[in-house]
This record gives sequence, C-alpha cells and structure tokens, in this order.
Amino acid sequence: MAIESDVLVVGGGLAGLTGALSAAREGADVRLVSYKQSTLRQASGLVDVLGYTPDGDGPLTDPFAAIQSLPDSHPYRTVGVETVRDALSLFDEAVPTYEGGHTDANALLPTHGGTVKPTARYPAGASAGLASDDRDTLLVGVEEMVDFDAPHVAAHLGAAGVPFDVRGETIRFPGDLRADAKVTRYAKLLDTNGEVAVRGRKVPARDALAQRVNPLLEGEARVGFPAILGDDEPGAIRAALGEKLGVDVFEVPMGPPSLPGLRLEDALFDALDAAGVSIETGNPVVDVDGDDRVERVFVEKNGARIPNSADQYVLATGGFVGKGIESDREGVSEPVFDCHVPHAEDRYDWFETELFGDHAFARYGVATDDDLRPLDASERPEFDNLRAAGSVLGGYDFAAEKSGSGVSIATGYAAGQRAAQEAR
Amino acid sequence: MSDAESPDTDFDPVAPNTGEDFEPVDVFPDSDDFDLRPGADSCYKCATCDTNCPVAAVDDDFPGPKFQGPEQWRLKQTDDDYTVDDSVMDCSNCMRCDNACPSGVPLSQMHNTARGEYVSEQMDKLSVEYVRNRILANYRTSAFFASKVPRLANFAMNFGPARWVMEKTLGVTSERDFPEFARQTFREWWAERGGQATSRENAKAARNRRGLPEDADKKVAYFHGCYSNYNTTEVGKAMVRLYEAFGYEVVAPEQKCSGTPMFANGMLDDARRHAEVNVSSMSDLVERGYDAIASCTSCSMALRQEYPELFDIDGIEKVAANTFEAVEYLRIHEDLREEVREAEVDGDLAEEFAYHAPCHSRNQGLDRQAVELFRDLDGVGVEDVGDSCSGISGTYGWKEEKYEKSMQIGEEMFEHMEDADGETGMTECPTCAMQMEHGSGYEIRHPLELLEAALVE
Repeated sequence: MAIESDVLVVGGGLAGLTGALSAAREGADVRLVSYKQSTLRQASGLVDVLGYTPDGDGPLTDPFAAIQSLPDSHPYRTVGVETVRDALSLFDEAVPTYEGGHTDANALLPTHGGTVKPTARYPAGASAGLASDDRDTLLVGVEEMVDFDAPHVAAHLGAAGVPFDVRGETIRFPGDLRADAKVTRYAKLLDTNGEVAVRGRKVPARDALAQRVNPLLEGEARVGFPAILGDDEPGAIRAALGEKLGVDVFEVPMGPPSLPGLRLEDALFDALDAAGVSIETGNPVVDVDGDDRVERVFVEKNGARIPNSADQYVLATGGFVGKGIESDREGVSEPVFDCHVPHAEDRYDWFETELFGDHAFARYGVATDDDLRPLDASERPEFDNLRAAGSVLGGYDFAAEKSGSGVSIATGYAAGQRAAQEAR
Repeated sequence: MSDAESPDTDFDPVAPNTGEDFEPVDVFPDSDDFDLRPGADSCYKCATCDTNCPVAAVDDDFPGPKFQGPEQWRLKQTDDDYTVDDSVMDCSNCMRCDNACPSGVPLSQMHNTARGEYVSEQMDKLSVEYVRNRILANYRTSAFFASKVPRLANFAMNFGPARWVMEKTLGVTSERDFPEFARQTFREWWAERGGQATSRENAKAARNRRGLPEDADKKVAYFHGCYSNYNTTEVGKAMVRLYEAFGYEVVAPEQKCSGTPMFANGMLDDARRHAEVNVSSMSDLVERGYDAIASCTSCSMALRQEYPELFDIDGIEKVAANTFEAVEYLRIHEDLREEVREAEVDGDLAEEFAYHAPCHSRNQGLDRQAVELFRDLDGVGVEDVGDSCSGISGTYGWKEEKYEKSMQIGEEMFEHMEDADGETGMTECPTCAMQMEHGSGYEIRHPLELLEAALVE
C-alpha cells in the first residue's frame, strides 16, 4: 500500500501551494509534501509579476503588456498572459488581505534598503506606504534591528526621487527586549498587547510604542515601521497605532525571517486546508519509481521510506536557493526526479565575471513543453504525468526581472489545473 | 605566467611526502562525540529556526535555537575556556527548529549534546535544580512506585500541603494537578488478557473475517511508553484492539522510558541506559520482521531520531528506520481512509474535538494527520486549534520557574480551544494533553481511541 491521492505536489513554496490549491479547486484529491517548512517565511511577502524586462528596462508600468515581448523560453510565454491573469485571480480570492488587484499597473513599494520596487500585489499592511502617494512620511527604526536603519532608508528614498518628504528616526523599542530579540518576540508582544515596563510603570505594548513615536512626529501624515507589527493581528495593531498617533501606519517589508512572508504562508495554508488538501511537511522525497510515468515517490523519515502514489505529479521544489536545482563542479541537476537541466558544459560559462553581470546560471532550471512537462536531453517529456512549476523552471532570471512570485503563481496554477484535469 | 609553470622550490610532486615523519593530526582528540561540523557549516543564518521557537517568542532572556545550536557549537570549538551558556536549560526541547531549517542543520541534536555537556560538567549535582530535574526526568521510576499503590498515590500527589512543600523545596509547581494513576497498568491488563498468544488468536480471527491469508505477515511490537502504561491505559488498549482488528499480531516487549524527559533535562547517561534496553528488545523483534509502533509521538520521535543522533548502540539505525507512529503505520499499510469514510461513530465519542498537534508529531510530518483522516468520519468533527506549541513540553511546564512562561506559550492554544465548537480535546502527546486539560478543563482523548470507536465493533 501507499499513501494515495489524485495529484501529488512536491514542494511547499508559492508555486507548490498555488499548484495544490488550483488542483483542489478543479476537484482533484490533492496531497502536498514539502521537505521543510515553506520558504515563504524567507520571502518579503510582496508578489511581483514583472518589474523589469530581461534587458533591464523598467520599472515597467504594465507587466501584462510586457509579457508578449518576453523570449519564447520564458515560463510566462509557456502558459500565456491569460493564465497569468487567471492565476492572480485565484491568488486574490485565496488571500483577501492583499491589495493591488484593482489595476494592471505595478505599484511602487519602498523596500528596507531604501529602494523603490515595482510589484503587482502587496499586503494591506504595506498599502499606506506606496511611493506613488505624495504624503510626507516618517520612518521609525528600532535601535536593535540593524536590518532597518530608518534615517539611512529615508535618505535613500529621497535620493531615489520619491514625491514626498521622508525622514527617519530611531527609537528603543519599549520593554528593553534583548539586543537580538527575534521578530516573533516583537510580534507576539504586540499581538497580545502584553505589558512592558516604561519608567517603572506597566504599559500595554501598543500604547508604549505609540508614546515613543508621538514626540517624533513633525506633521507627517503616515508612519512606516519595519515589518514587526504582529503575526496574528497585524490589522488591529496598525489600526491601534494609527489611532493613537493620528496618522496612517504601514510596514516596510524586511529580509528573512519575514513576518509578511509568514502571514502569507498562513493564509495560503488556510486556503489549502479549506479546499481539502492533505499536507505533510518535514520530510524529503528521496526516490522515484517509474519509467515513462511516475508510479510513486518515497518520502523518507529517518531511514523509513514512506511510499506516496498519485495519478499526476507536480514538481515545485524551487531553484538553487530552495535546493530544487543543485550544482557541483561536474554539472547542474534536479535532484528529486533527476530531470534534465540544460546548461553549458564548461562551468566557466555559467557566470560572468561582474558581480551583477548577466549570469547564465540565474536562468538555469528544467525546460518544459507547452504542458509544463520537463523535457529530457532529447526534448521528450521525462515523464507523462509530471509537470513543473516555479523556480525549478529555467528560462528566466527572477531576481533581475522581479518576476519570482508571479511565475510561481502562474505556473503553479497551470500545472495544478492541468494535473487535475488529466487525473480525471 | 603562473607559479605552477615556474617552480622555484625543490618540492618534487613525484615523491609525495607521506613518509615516516608524517603524523596525522587529531583535530578533536579523545572525542567520541558525533561530528556536528557539517551541520554547523550548513547554517546560513536565515534565522527561520528562531521564528519557530516558542520560548524565544515569550522569553526575553532566551537567545533562540540559532545561538544554542550552530553558534554555540562554533564557540566551543574555537575557545578552550568557553563553557556552555546556561540558557541551554531554558530550551524546552520542542524540536520545532529541526522542522524549520531549510538547510537540514541538526539543531535539536546540537541542543541535546550541549545540554548534556552543561549538566554533566557545569551543573552542581547537589543543587536543588539538579535533583528536581533528575526526579522529573525519571518519571518512569516515580510512576512505577505510584502504580503499586494507585489510590494512595492519586491522593498524595495532589494533596495540597504536600504540593506546597514540593514547590518550596523542589521547585515543582503546585499550580498543576498530577495525572491520575490507573488502578491496573497496561502491562497488567495485557498479561491478564493472555499476552501475545491471545493477540495472535485475535489477529487470526480478524484475518479470517477480512479474507486475508491466515499466515499473513502482519506483526508489530508496541512501544506503549510510560504514560499509556501507568496513566492513560485506554490508549494502549485501543491500540491493541485496533491493530488486532486489522489482523495484526501485537507484542508488548520489555521496555523502559523512551528517554524524552531525560534528553530535555540533559540527563544523557540516564537516557542511554534506558535506550539500551529499548533498542535491544526492539532490535530483536525488528530482525524477526516486526515493526515498532508507538502511540505517544514523543516516544516515536525518540526511537526514530534522538537515539541515532545521540547514541551509538548496536542495531539502532535499523530500529529507527522501522519505527512508526500508530496511526501513520495504518495509513501506509491499510486503506484507512476508505475504512474511516465508511464508518460512523456514535456513543460517548460522537463529539466535536478541539485537536492540538504536538510539536514532536510536527517533526515527524504528522501534525495534520488526525484532522485530515477524521474529515471524512461521520458523527464527529475534529478542528485544528492552530500551530502554536502547547507550552508544557514534558517536564518544562512542571518547573516552578517555567510555569508562567509555559502558560504564556499555551495562551494561543487555549484561546483557540475556547473558540472551537467542541468541549473535548484531542492530541497524541500525554503532556500536551495535561496542558490542554489544565488550560481549558476539557477532557482529552487520543486519535487511537476515536479510531477504535469507529472501526472496532
């Protein structure tokens, strides 16, 4: 026997979660297995579709209009622009706390590095911070959080030419937390509105934070904090701070570990749960049975091999960072299904000498047919019933284009939907 | 031109210098510890583990798993005078960091070894804390004596003045109620019922009913653990009846504590003594084709992961690879989903359950098993009360100085239990069950009990 389903999705990032959700919405019995927790908690929580062309032109105003001009090998061209739109509709419905779906145009969001990033969807908590909004802005950093130096970020944004005045101030977070307190510590304190000691008095954390910021305001209409404002109750915390300060409050997305990423992960897992998907995280897929078709895969737990079988499979294990694509001195490979990964034979051709050069490795990943099935070296499908989605795909450079989340959502959606249709 | 093309030394690569003068350098002299170097090197500081740590989220003094694991390990290698930071004793050993790490760093193994070193080399063996921890860690010993006089023990252990004295002298919180001891232990019941011979007969009868060959190779060795033996014996009985109904012959081999509370308190010598007995008896059976089954997720966790990570005992790898959680095993080998779909529950278990996934089930990838399996079961509802830790973490929440933190961690779970439809709880872990009951007043059941009610007539 084996643990059975119609569709088995391997990988728990944005592509895997979207794939599982779209397959389940098509009526399939879906199971998702992920080696470890979702990598979404390392993501900013912003959902980019396309910020720049592969030639570096941008920021783009309309990502959908630019898709037609992408090279044929790009995953967006494989699935087509209408699928990208349908996939985003599924995302918008599954994650109602996100904004940006009212327009095709990219929004411009300030980052914790002080740059301005074109993105298609963003959490509600970031919406008062849009760089296209001309209201003056105060950024508030926390002394212990060296990832967000507010005066520095403000200076950068000013230099980037944002249409408003922006200042940065640094405070000590009330309660004298340890110098390397985790983002979850700040979030928990604000979620529960726990009491902190301020000059010998016990004050609820949200009040204490507002009291620290209040005297720093110089008539700004909005205040931005690093993204630490709660895990479970971010909306309530922003509203409470906004009321006490008389301004709009927003969060600036941060690097890993990221609360907006964590909240997005929670929202998507809730949507999967509601759609009846089975989920297992914590153990890797280590082996595959089958020749033309994948018959079953083995999930390993400390030496025990647990067979999982399905009619259709989706590979969504990520790229180099997510370890869905691996490389060594000999070559580049896809470790789970051992799919072919096209790459230059001489490893000195994988990269350019300039750090920010147009590296070939950034576009390495599996190549697919129109049905998203990975192709072997002779361009035939590796398996009839295996489709790939997300960063395991080749043909695009998500970091340079700012297209990572969009490609994951669009190809995950398409792979999941087709797998479910085929499984009938 | 490179140096390689214009050698200006008399080094001759044709004659390698591996002569008698060569003395290999032992980097870690006299150490029979596991080499944690590859794990430490795999950490790229993403801090995802820290976002999973329930203690770091409530305790300002706790530096988190990234420090306790790879960072502290590195400090130990580079500084001979470095002593293990005493904050390692504030880690509750929930092991959530293991499941979090995208790089496969063996965080809990690092915590366990550091804690073991701290306790054996730095902790005062005459201190109240050491004595208290040793007593808590050796729950099996206390339970063994208590089970001889269960009525007296049940009275004495919750007798107010005695508990006040225990808190003041030993630091065992008086806020909690001690679990009740069963009048008859699981093993006494098992022996009275006829042991393995009876199980074999029952399994045969079930195979006949199911149209399976009478000699089908279906046999499991049950690791009941201390709690099912001394306290919640109904869980052990449910396991036996359920497995027999599927045609499995059950044996209940000689066993000691899994070691879970000992790992958490850094008592690695105690844990090893118990592990040697467990591995020896399980190993014999595994060699004869039995699989090891546990109903407590911390017990299965210990056999599967902590044993091979911490001890070098003959047969340990094979036992680990053949150990399963009780419901998981049936999901793999039987069409459990279909049987549950066709079943119905009435009577006193036809309830809405507020289910909490123990951290140690999470680490085995089993945190969603119960909710997903019982989705299709008529007559009951099982609602997940969220992914927070219950906060008790075995002996952690029993310590007077940790009690408040334990309740703070559990707060989210208590709230979700309150919001859930039912007023009965469900979990696989005996100490999570204590915490759930303590915070909500609900009665707590085990998924095996519900499966028995659904599938065994």
